[in-house]
Amino acid sequence: MIAESGHYALVLALALALIQSTVPVLGARLRDPALMSVARSSALGQLLFAAAAFAALVTLHVTSDFSVVNVFENSHSLKPLIYKITGVWGNHEGSMLLWVSILALFGGLVAIFGNNLPLSLRAHVLAVQAWIASAFYLFILMTSNPFLRIANPPLEGRDLNPILQDIGLAVHPPMLYLGYVGFSISFSFAIAALLEGRIDAAWARWVRPWTLVAWIFLTLGIAMGSYWAYYELGWGGWWFWDPVENASLMPWLAGTALLHSALVMEKRNALKVWTILLSILTFSLSLLGTFLVRSGVLTSVHAFATDPTRGVFILLILCLFIGGSLTLFAGRASTLKQGGLFAPISREGALVLNNLFLTTACATVFVGTLYPLALEVLTGAKISVGAPFFNLTFGPLFFPLLVAVPFGPMLAWKRGDLLGAAQRLLAAGVAALVVMALVWAWTRGGSALAPLAIGLAVFVVVGAISELVERTGLFRMPLATAMQRTRGLPRSVWGTAFAHAGLGVALIGIVCETTWNSEYIATMRPDDVARLAGYELKLDGLSSRQGPNFREMTAAFTVSRDGERLAAMTPSKRNFTTRAMSTTEAALLTRGFSQLYISLGDTTAEGAIAVRIYHKPLVLLIWLGPVLMAFGGLMSLSDRRLRVGAPKPAKALRGLQAAE
Amino acid sequence: MRRFLAVLFALALIGGPSARAVQPDEIMTDAAGEARARDLSRELRCMVCQNQSIDDSDAPLARDLRILVRERIAAGDSNAQVMDFLVARYGEFVLLKPRFELQTLLLWLMPPLVLAGGGLALWINSRRRSRAADAALALTPDEEARLNKLLAGSLSEPPSGA
Repeated sequence: MIAESGHYALVLALALALIQSTVPVLGARLRDPALMSVARSSALGQLLFAAAAFAALVTLHVTSDFSVVNVFENSHSLKPLIYKITGVWGNHEGSMLLWVSILALFGGLVAIFGNNLPLSLRAHVLAVQAWIASAFYLFILMTSNPFLRIANPPLEGRDLNPILQDIGLAVHPPMLYLGYVGFSISFSFAIAALLEGRIDAAWARWVRPWTLVAWIFLTLGIAMGSYWAYYELGWGGWWFWDPVENASLMPWLAGTALLHSALVMEKRNALKVWTILLSILTFSLSLLGTFLVRSGVLTSVHAFATDPTRGVFILLILCLFIGGSLTLFAGRASTLKQGGLFAPISREGALVLNNLFLTTACATVFVGTLYPLALEVLTGAKISVGAPFFNLTFGPLFFPLLVAVPFGPMLAWKRGDLLGAAQRLLAAGVAALVVMALVWAWTRGGSALAPLAIGLAVFVVVGAISELVERTGLFRMPLATAMQRTRGLPRSVWGTAFAHAGLGVALIGIVCETTWNSEYIATMRPDDVARLAGYELKLDGLSSRQGPNFREMTAAFTVSRDGERLAAMTPSKRNFTTRAMSTTEAALLTRGFSQLYISLGDTTAEGAIAVRIYHKPLVLLIWLGPVLMAFGGLMSLSDRRLRVGAPKPAKALRGLQAAE
Repeated sequence: MRRFLAVLFALALIGGPSARAVQPDEIMTDAAGEARARDLSRELRCMVCQNQSIDDSDAPLARDLRILVRERIAAGDSNAQVMDFLVARYGEFVLLKPRFELQTLLLWLMPPLVLAGGGLALWINSRRRSRAADAALALTPDEEARLNKLLAGSLSEPPSGA
């Protein structure tokens, strides 16, 4: 009954989406406010039914109703409750349902907060949202229905893949989807602007908060996924340049570029055409990511060819939306007026440079991800494009970008003073050189690249702080004045500083982890001692126990340094009987921002066990950086000029915004 | 999650023991040789896995390849010789960093081309616009005439959009 209700709710959501796709557009043509207002109510109704369908699937998973195929294939009655819930999106059908539910959520949010949008713009935006939603409801109902029943219900389910039975699954996919799907809003706004043939600074002001929300979630989602891979997969890697990761990195790069170009558009009414194009590209890349992951084309071109229904369906959606939107863009872009002239050396110029490098980086990831597929389809030749390629091409692109980052906020709009900016960045430059020299002296004989990269990161971080110091007048003015100016500083300035500093922090972590990571691989017996990076790790013994749906073998380690006992570490291995699979539960010991990492291998007949121990210096900075960036995004979002749904002109009385 | 679906697919293909990557019994006694083997391993693909290097993978094939790399190094091969040996045996597919040749031309040239092309487009655009701006500053004869007309007080045209 619940399954059928869920299925029916999904069909109703599709019906509402179809109404929302057509009636408001018609209303906008006829200038009929009643018809245009249909967009709002149908978006809310659609949200209601999509949420009902999602709730139905969650209920089925929680109650372990194995008469439903999706529950049978991905759940087990003994599974802990949290994994019964997260298991809903740990499979193809459920994750697509999450995808459309989030799409409906964003549509609903626009309907709720979009009261101050011009009526026809809101009608168009919600209609475009509904086009996307209709396509994906159809996809789910025709190829990936999660509510299908089994004729003879089995007594027990096949269990969720053990690797996915982790708290990471509760957080990572919803965050990532909030990011991916959130970019649909800027896409819809772009298409609406093209349809209306009108775009102005107010448009950018409406789009930016939505883009920012999506970007914050995507940033956190990617970082969370990276940390999950780091501790779950058991070899301490945190980024693999896997096509599936690249699929999330591409929208992030394009979205970051979009945030910056929308800023130019909002403040200076320039880069309109480019901003529209980026909005389209960003969401197109989100769709591409969905296609890559959901069609099975990555596993092999042949697997795609043998069961093409889903793949071809998403490919059609992809072609329809990307092709359609780019055609519309090509036809209408020239009607948009260009405005706002600026000199090459200016804030706008810096943001254009940012866009150039981010777009190139995005293109690099794009070509590296799709080239092997294209080559195999065209010539049959099989090649691999992996981490070494991306490190070689992607790294050098970020180098000049990072050098430019601190200069951007220091330059004035329209016409900037590069020399003046350089003078204000003197402290950052000096700090970078000092750190570079110190690191180089400390690690004598090592490569020169690591100290250089760390110096660059320090330049970015101190540069971000310099910007704040400059704005508040700290050290130049009496403390009381500086404090007052600090309070008056727009939140977006803080946001910029945090986000840029986060970039530098992440770079420090990346460089330290990859350069000075040390490891110890050996077979250990009880009472053996491993020595690594000044730590002594003694294997006290092995024990095993029975968990809810697995058997677990645990090794107990005592960690000490200079004879002083610090902590116990207990890495383990779990064997899941239902799927005959095992997972490694690595043990992590955090010391400052560095970590000790132990993962277990196989046991030998003589009672010894293969052990891999890593010392990862400053590894936590890799994820602290994105958290800082997301926090910066949040600060910027709370800026009064950008408050979601409140793009009213700031009252003169409270207009403490920086004169820009 | 997406990555994990990929990884679990790889694991499902492989099955078997779940020991991770380099095993203690594979490690060479020669530390310099071992370091070279690790560096090479990071550039070689485990062909039954999805986008994993043999250094990361726990598949039996990856283990065989790691041992093979170490055998070649112990036999005195240079890094290039080891790579050539593996490509001769398993094809270009084994290299995670494709070689620069005709069929990978576009792959390698894309980043510099996009960067240069984008830079060029920006430069041309900025020049064109600044020239247009200069031109816009000076009044055309038509505008001059219209201005004179306006100043003369004979406002006959509706004002065009701001």
